[in-house]
Amino acid sequence: MSDTDAPGITNTSTAAGGGGPATDGRLLTVTDVKTHFQTDRGLVRAVDGVSFTLDRGDTLGIVGESGCGKTVLSRSIMGLLPKRGLVREGSIVLEGTELIDLSPKEMREYWGAQMSMIFQDPMTSLNPVMKIGNQINESIRQHLDVSKDFATELATNLLGSVRIPEPEARLKEYPHQLSGGMRQRVCIAVALACGPKLLFADEPTTALDVTVQAQVLDLMATQQRERFMAMVLITHDLGVVAGRADEIAVMYAGRVVEKSPAEELFSNMKMPYTEALLSSIPKLGDATHTRLATIPGRPPDLVNPPKGCKFAPRCAYAQERCLEEEPPLVEVTPGHEYRCWFPVGTPEGVEALERNKREGTVAAASLTRGA
Amino acid sequence: MAGTGTAHLRDDGALLRVEDLVVEFPARDGLKVHAVSGISLDILEGETMGLVGESGCGKSTTGRAIVQLPPPVSGSVRLDGTELTALSGETLRKLRPRMQMIFQDPISSLNPRRRVRDIVSEGLDIWKIGDKASRVKKVEEVLETVGIDPANAGRRPHEFSGGQCQRISIARALATEPKLIICDEPVSALDVSVQAQIINLLQDMHHAYGLTLVFIAHDLAVVKNVSDRIVVMYLGKMCEVGDPDAIYNQPSHPYTAALLAAIPEPDPGVRPDPEKVLGGEIPSPLKPPSGCRFRTRCPKAQEQCAHAEPTVREIGANHYVACHFPLAEGEELDFAQVGVGAHIGYDDENDDLA
Amino acid sequence: MPERPPETALVGDFETPDEQIVEESIEGGLLGQSAEIRVGAVAAGGEGRRRGPGLGLGAWLAIGWMVFIVLIAVLAKTGILTWGDAEESFGRCARKGPLADEGSASGFLLGCDSNGRDMIPRLALGAWTSMLVATGAIVVGFVIGGFLGLLAGYFGGKETRFGAVIVGALVGAVFGLIIGGVFFAVLIGLGDNLAGVLGVLFGALAGGFAGYRRGDLDVYLTGVFNVMLSVPAIVLALSLTAFLLGSADEAASGGGLPPELVLIIAIGVVSIPLVGRISRASALSWAQRDFVLAARAQGAKNGRIMVKELLPNVLPAMFSISLLGIAIAIVAEGTLAILGVGVRPPTPSWGNIIALDRGNLFKSPHIVFEASLLIFLTVLALNFLGDVVRSRFDVREGGI
Repeated sequence: MSDTDAPGITNTSTAAGGGGPATDGRLLTVTDVKTHFQTDRGLVRAVDGVSFTLDRGDTLGIVGESGCGKTVLSRSIMGLLPKRGLVREGSIVLEGTELIDLSPKEMREYWGAQMSMIFQDPMTSLNPVMKIGNQINESIRQHLDVSKDFATELATNLLGSVRIPEPEARLKEYPHQLSGGMRQRVCIAVALACGPKLLFADEPTTALDVTVQAQVLDLMATQQRERFMAMVLITHDLGVVAGRADEIAVMYAGRVVEKSPAEELFSNMKMPYTEALLSSIPKLGDATHTRLATIPGRPPDLVNPPKGCKFAPRCAYAQERCLEEEPPLVEVTPGHEYRCWFPVGTPEGVEALERNKREGTVAAASLTRGA
Repeated sequence: MAGTGTAHLRDDGALLRVEDLVVEFPARDGLKVHAVSGISLDILEGETMGLVGESGCGKSTTGRAIVQLPPPVSGSVRLDGTELTALSGETLRKLRPRMQMIFQDPISSLNPRRRVRDIVSEGLDIWKIGDKASRVKKVEEVLETVGIDPANAGRRPHEFSGGQCQRISIARALATEPKLIICDEPVSALDVSVQAQIINLLQDMHHAYGLTLVFIAHDLAVVKNVSDRIVVMYLGKMCEVGDPDAIYNQPSHPYTAALLAAIPEPDPGVRPDPEKVLGGEIPSPLKPPSGCRFRTRCPKAQEQCAHAEPTVREIGANHYVACHFPLAEGEELDFAQVGVGAHIGYDDENDDLA
Repeated sequence: MPERPPETALVGDFETPDEQIVEESIEGGLLGQSAEIRVGAVAAGGEGRRRGPGLGLGAWLAIGWMVFIVLIAVLAKTGILTWGDAEESFGRCARKGPLADEGSASGFLLGCDSNGRDMIPRLALGAWTSMLVATGAIVVGFVIGGFLGLLAGYFGGKETRFGAVIVGALVGAVFGLIIGGVFFAVLIGLGDNLAGVLGVLFGALAGGFAGYRRGDLDVYLTGVFNVMLSVPAIVLALSLTAFLLGSADEAASGGGLPPELVLIIAIGVVSIPLVGRISRASALSWAQRDFVLAARAQGAKNGRIMVKELLPNVLPAMFSISLLGIAIAIVAEGTLAILGVGVRPPTPSWGNIIALDRGNLFKSPHIVFEASLLIFLTVLALNFLGDVVRSRFDVREGGI
């Protein structure tokens, strides 16, 4: 239990590493999960110590760019990663059961029935040579001991619940006969077929048009309410999580760098990374030809990550200390954790920013190369 | 609704003037994909024109048809006074250095087997612009401008990141000093922070080289940021044309309103309103609805919309719309219900979207 | 600079359904699933890409073997080192197995064949013949088939009347020579030369006409490939060989084409549609990429695009297929030898060594066994090298 435990954490939901998982009523407790890959180049530290908890009915948004580890994290929790070269540590407790040591055979009991996942590309998530009906039935018949007819009826109802018109006809169609939005709805239906308690949505709407995106997100929110389901919404889009998540975790280089309730994050953000991310997005309210604030440099190498804060080489606030010491996760207001020596809005932070501006350099300018 | 028309075209002095562009592709069973059905636009020199719309609206096809790749089925494209559609193959080919393109996928748009310096200097080599030495110099210069270290010019594309590849693409487009550049979703495939870098780069190039840009994207916020003028497209037709601020502050086309309402704002206070969510599915371009193509999902659709296609008309300063019943100021729409004109002669549910 | 860092992430929107959506979305999907997953997949070997430093032991062994064989073949042919005479017959050695020590220059380490000829020089010279024929055939297939496939892949879907007519006439001429020549010579009994000319003429006319009517080069070429492939390869090769070799009298009097050349042409022609299809598929998928469109947008002519943009990308796949093809061609030569056509004894080739003495399989198995072993090892080495080449080039192009 390394840097996720810092003085001041009042969050008691983290389970101890050994001695049995905590059963304090939470649905999912993830503690210091690490996922590394052994490759020819070295050990890739894709996820390097992530902890969070989730209750039924809540939505956690995980935000980050590519390479931050959000996708690996979700698949690691689900147990979907290929075994070769995989190193996993930490604890993943779902309703009292430790998942991290389970074999794929044991995990199969959980997939679909307890926890499910929706992926980014609906085109490649569905089997192109299998009828829709069969794909849904497959999941149902795996977990529930029901007849084929009953499964079909269930599937029809499911399609109806995801607002697909003429569900009976759709069951007999193939994926390519549907549009992208409809396909994603089918994927949602497949994922929810056995009533899981936890749903991972990995960039579910990135490949969709913005109007379809709104439809699909609404649908997911409705389903979540009706089923009292927990949802982990993984995306790069801060706009998507803003409106739909209760709590948001920002990831960078395999770690959570800021975690807080949604409202708090936007009104009182502490991480320079979060701030930089937000200011680099063009907003509708801006005037035309507004110059966007950019984050210089590139994400760090996950095999040889830099010493100290992983974001420091690109950070406008960075000071010497940031290059040497990695900041621990601290809590400012209940529920709001972050990892920074010179956070946004604090006296130290403001001073650091001013100093950098005055001197015209970022502390780590020598490490930075424009992308 | 969505329509055609040329009311929004300005004087004849535009650098690029497109009138009634039609692009169709043959599909199965003798049907045709009506990708673009009568788009008109004009761009003044030094302007950036934004084409925005969702998938299937024909914006990318429009961009390619402008540079005649492939040439449109009908319509006129005048670049600097020259009618491109009337040119023979060879004459057209000679004009190509003056109009360039940047593509969406940075990796696919560079030949993985060629070195970056050869890729960038392709245009110069084909047309033998300058001698060997001056070409090398030009390549170095343009790579430097886009932020790529010329020392790396001997490397291959797979050694660069996505953002860098896009910069190389931009460098390639700039090498022949074109007058017009079509940017086809140049930032859609990039990470958020890289997007900002590339958008800024395009703006810088725009100023430095006095470029005229056609910026195609599905993200309205991005388009609004870079454009001087916007065309909102739907299923091959124009919905709304004009000044970006005017369109954003006062959308008059129901589709524009739906588009704006659907964009997730990074503001937790703004909880998305299910009523404002556009319902239904986009009709198939093989069998587009009669009259206004948007009517099948429009709350204001009347019978008239099914029979008569709306034409573009002026409704404000630098603000045009193609709609029979444009939105009044401050009018809000409930997209849960469609208007009476929505289903006339058109059966949503039996529509085959293959 | 290190491999591409994990930066590109998102999938953009799709355009009209008419475009190659599937390929784009799959690519976009992979990009969208972010580099982290691909790191994991590569580590897990899931994508089958080897990134180890240098080539593996197997590859070096294979290369070593091929070098060895080629060396032997060249040395034997040029007469520098033959380990004896391939054609001299030692009556006393008839039907003796290996290790028979009957006192001759080479010691007959591998025994001799049923005509008393020393196996070692025969196998060495045979290596030359077999490798020459196989490589020559594949070069023919590679050059002609590859070129046609490239054309088909690039021009797929476009109307190119002129090109279609020219190519149609050319292909028709060749086809006419084969089919028509045999037809006229055999059925109508015209003299071989006249039959050949008539075949070419008819073929060219028919082909050119077909090309004109069709207009679409790709459809036409694919059709030609399909027709060629529907004739059983053996039959096609046999009839070609028989036709080109001419009658027995001609051969006896020293006229006609040398059998090696005939074999090269026969096996080469058969391999044209096989190689052509692969190069067409490869060209087709590469031609969809944006960089080809970008080249056209720069004003590049078709020829330049095919050579500078498509060819460098298509070549690696073609090259690895060619290595496999050489392996197949060696076996094909053997098959033809067993069927009685091909290189005439006493000139040895691995194929006809087997063919000559296959009747003695029970009494003197060493003859067939030795030649077969050599073929087996060579084919194995080539297969392995073909795989290695393919995976090497795959890795470089994709990258993380």
